[in-house]
Amino acid sequence: MSLPMIDPSALLTTHPEAVPRPETLLEVKNLRLAFGGVVAVDGLNMNVHRGEIVSVIGPNGAGKTSAFNCITGFYRPDSGEIAFMGKSIIRTRPSKITRMGMARTFQNLRLFSDMSILDNVRTGAHAHLRQHWFDAFLHTPAYRKTERACEEDARYWLDFVGFTGDTLLYVTQLPYGEQRRVEIARALATNPKLLLLDEPAAGLNHTEKRGLVDLIRRVRDLDIAVVLIEHDMGLVMDISERIIVLNYGKEIADGAPDDIRANPLVIEAYLGAGDDEEPADGADQASADPGQPLPPAPPSLPEASATADRSDGGEARR
Amino acid sequence: MESLKTYFSGQRGVYHGIAIAVVVAVFALPFITIDAYTIQLATQALIYVLLALGLNVVVGYAGLLDLGYVAFYAVGAYTSGILTTRLGWPMWATIPAVVAACVLAGVVIGGPTLRLRSDYLAIVTLGFGEIIRVTAQNLSITGGPSGIFGIPTWSFGSWSFNDGLTVGGLFFNGKILLYYFVAIVVMVLGLIGIPRLANGRLGRAWRAVRDDEDAAEAMGVNTYTTKITAYIIGAVWAGLAGQLNASLITTISPTSFQFLQSALVLMAVVIGGMGSVPGVVLGALFITLAPELLRDVWENRSLMFGILLLAVMLFRPKGLWPATSILPWSRDKHRAKVDTKPAQARAEEV
Amino acid sequence: MTQIILNGLFVGSFYALIALGYSMVYGIIKLLNFAHGDIFMFGAYIGMTCLTVIPGIGSLGIGAIAIVLLISALLTGATGVLIETLAYRPLRSAPRLSVLITAVGMSFLLEYGVRQIWGPDPQPWPQAGRLTEAANWPAGLQWGAQRIDILGGSLTGAQLVLMALAVVLMAVLALYIGKTREGRAMRAIALDKRAATLMGINVNATISRVFFIGSALAGVAGVMHGAYYSSITFLMGFLLGLKAFTAAVIGGIGNLYGAMLGGLTLGLLEAFGTAWFGGEWKDVFAFVFLIAFLTLRPTGILGERVVERM
Repeated sequence: MSLPMIDPSALLTTHPEAVPRPETLLEVKNLRLAFGGVVAVDGLNMNVHRGEIVSVIGPNGAGKTSAFNCITGFYRPDSGEIAFMGKSIIRTRPSKITRMGMARTFQNLRLFSDMSILDNVRTGAHAHLRQHWFDAFLHTPAYRKTERACEEDARYWLDFVGFTGDTLLYVTQLPYGEQRRVEIARALATNPKLLLLDEPAAGLNHTEKRGLVDLIRRVRDLDIAVVLIEHDMGLVMDISERIIVLNYGKEIADGAPDDIRANPLVIEAYLGAGDDEEPADGADQASADPGQPLPPAPPSLPEASATADRSDGGEARR
Repeated sequence: MESLKTYFSGQRGVYHGIAIAVVVAVFALPFITIDAYTIQLATQALIYVLLALGLNVVVGYAGLLDLGYVAFYAVGAYTSGILTTRLGWPMWATIPAVVAACVLAGVVIGGPTLRLRSDYLAIVTLGFGEIIRVTAQNLSITGGPSGIFGIPTWSFGSWSFNDGLTVGGLFFNGKILLYYFVAIVVMVLGLIGIPRLANGRLGRAWRAVRDDEDAAEAMGVNTYTTKITAYIIGAVWAGLAGQLNASLITTISPTSFQFLQSALVLMAVVIGGMGSVPGVVLGALFITLAPELLRDVWENRSLMFGILLLAVMLFRPKGLWPATSILPWSRDKHRAKVDTKPAQARAEEV
Repeated sequence: MTQIILNGLFVGSFYALIALGYSMVYGIIKLLNFAHGDIFMFGAYIGMTCLTVIPGIGSLGIGAIAIVLLISALLTGATGVLIETLAYRPLRSAPRLSVLITAVGMSFLLEYGVRQIWGPDPQPWPQAGRLTEAANWPAGLQWGAQRIDILGGSLTGAQLVLMALAVVLMAVLALYIGKTREGRAMRAIALDKRAATLMGINVNATISRVFFIGSALAGVAGVMHGAYYSSITFLMGFLLGLKAFTAAVIGGIGNLYGAMLGGLTLGLLEAFGTAWFGGEWKDVFAFVFLIAFLTLRPTGILGERVVERM
């Protein structure tokens, strides 16, 4: 691992270790979210502890992305409690939650398409970059200093995720796998304590997936807990320290990979109803939730659902 | 010398080269002609550049469609006009009042609407443009339909632009002084200030909100305050442009602030290229100068502009000089490093 | 008081007819069609031209207006479809801002295209097509040009006829959307375009149909406007379109009954506003209400609560 000898935390105005971290980062209790009559998340309970890698799995339409969206503040749950670092984050703006130290990526790559790669990642530093617009207007020394730190920070994270190309390119000029990397770098630049990855391996080839596993482990080594939604079981079993299985918006199992593999409820959820045959109301659920691919897309066809979802999903949300 | 050549062939260098050429041209103009009509037209064009650059913040950077932008222009013009003619304030002293009035108007209009989908903003700003015009028409303090006349030029103490100035044996009359003054303000506020804002933390947040609001929010950008900041900065810029215009044309009336004006400024931004400073400058010069230069062949300019707007949106949606443009000779360098295999093909390999 | 209400309802029925088109288009493709108000204006110009060009139409009296209404509805409907196909369809997956700007450009094109053809001055509506002319009403229907007392106020017969026409059109539209196969397709696309495609609905054809109906209604409103007010200008669609949009928002955009209710509400609000604050402020009320509604109840009177997503 050849990283430049920059300590990212030295460049940031708020030192990540300045705030003591509780052992339990995220606590979700009885979370419930319904779209009209369709219950997407139904009494979900889950915890994420400091420095662990947790996977959230479940058949399509199980409410994984909906749960993610509630946790990150994009959806307002109907009831339940979400606490991050001991503080309730119900009814908190997503940006505020990000500032508290929770970063996320999106199921369908959502980079800023008309901005350069460097600017994309620099935007991640928005929350902890202390820069007044008036300084930018006057190009004061304070502006130059913060901007330089921000750029070095961004370059550090691009190196960290293994991006080696030209950082001044527009993201749309990058191949898919590289865009995924940039998105993770952008999330890391927010200086998180908890990173939520929504299907990070979708659309990646075998080599890229191996790189991703390595990357997630290195992120964890920075004392950043990682929660991922993933369909690739090989990857999930390989990387996770704990797996949470959702079905019909409830958690049906929570444990080490080996326990999950042997759990009869999990096997039933995947095989009983069938992974490919959508349960009847699961389909409705997916259509109500713009985050879920529709029709149930196998993870090997991410680009098709990604582009379609981007236009329609984004529309519904705005 | 070699390094200078390299510098001016780079992306940044070319822009700086163009900027230097433009600055020289602007300052040289009164030495070429002092024809009053030309100077007036050039000053007007510069004011439009400032106006368009301000709208570019709102539309080009923050991605908010403002169809009543001229309302802020009117607010600036009327505020300075009323304070100078009714209360006898010198022009420079009205600047804080203009800024305050525009900020207030921006908060009143943007505050409730920016929480909603962006297309509501479009229609509300359209309505706001009409409200300002109708209000100006019906109030007595704004002079009703005939407006305010006799707005003084800029004065500092007992000296005003109209007294003229002799530098090194050359006499500069009031019109030329105002032209230079406007040129400096436009360059500082518009050509230097706005790109600087756009490259900093706030500007990145604007562009992030424009490209993907949810993703911006996930990056810790409060999209609401970001949008309202863009809206208010745009409003203040328009107000200052309005003030400059009031001191230039000395007479303002409700008819100068119709929807057509807002639409023209929007066209300048869209045709030039949203978010692109050189594009917007070209666009602004185009919409002010083309109708004057092509007066005979171009009778129904609005129809032409409408057609042009449609053509640009359909065939070149990023404008004639897109913000994302890369110089041809640096483009090859960029391309070499990229794996150009389409993502779809890669996905199917899995 | 009654008079104010009656005036408000009359103006409101115009707003409602135009608001319907706005609301339908917005409901189905989430586009704020700025050109819609100008289609209304275009409809009026088509009507005027028909009345002058078609030989012998002047002798038909009230029948002439009916014929002109029909021609105008068909032509504006076709114009709407054409606009959608040429300008909006290619941009369906483009950023929303591009489509909005295109709509503004389209509005410009219509306004100044009409100005190019018919000139910048207000055009008088031909005598033969005026509802207010007693001579145009056949024997036995002379009440059409007279004032009729209603509950202490009065409306002219022409106003009543126009209101009745608006109500009939709206009722037919409600039936069409609610009961027919095509109407169901429209509602399906409005809810979820992708799912509708998967169910085998021809999305493009349905969207064209929506544009046709919405534009035809606006065209009808344009002719009604000309026949009643006897004068038309190429910019009349701008303000009326804006107000109709306000009406659609007040009622709850995307909701048909909302558009009708919003139109009448806006008409009433404006009538009372004019009575209390004076006619010179008339055009401001609509926008003040628009801003007030967007602040207090952005979903409008009948709009459903959308799932709250921040």
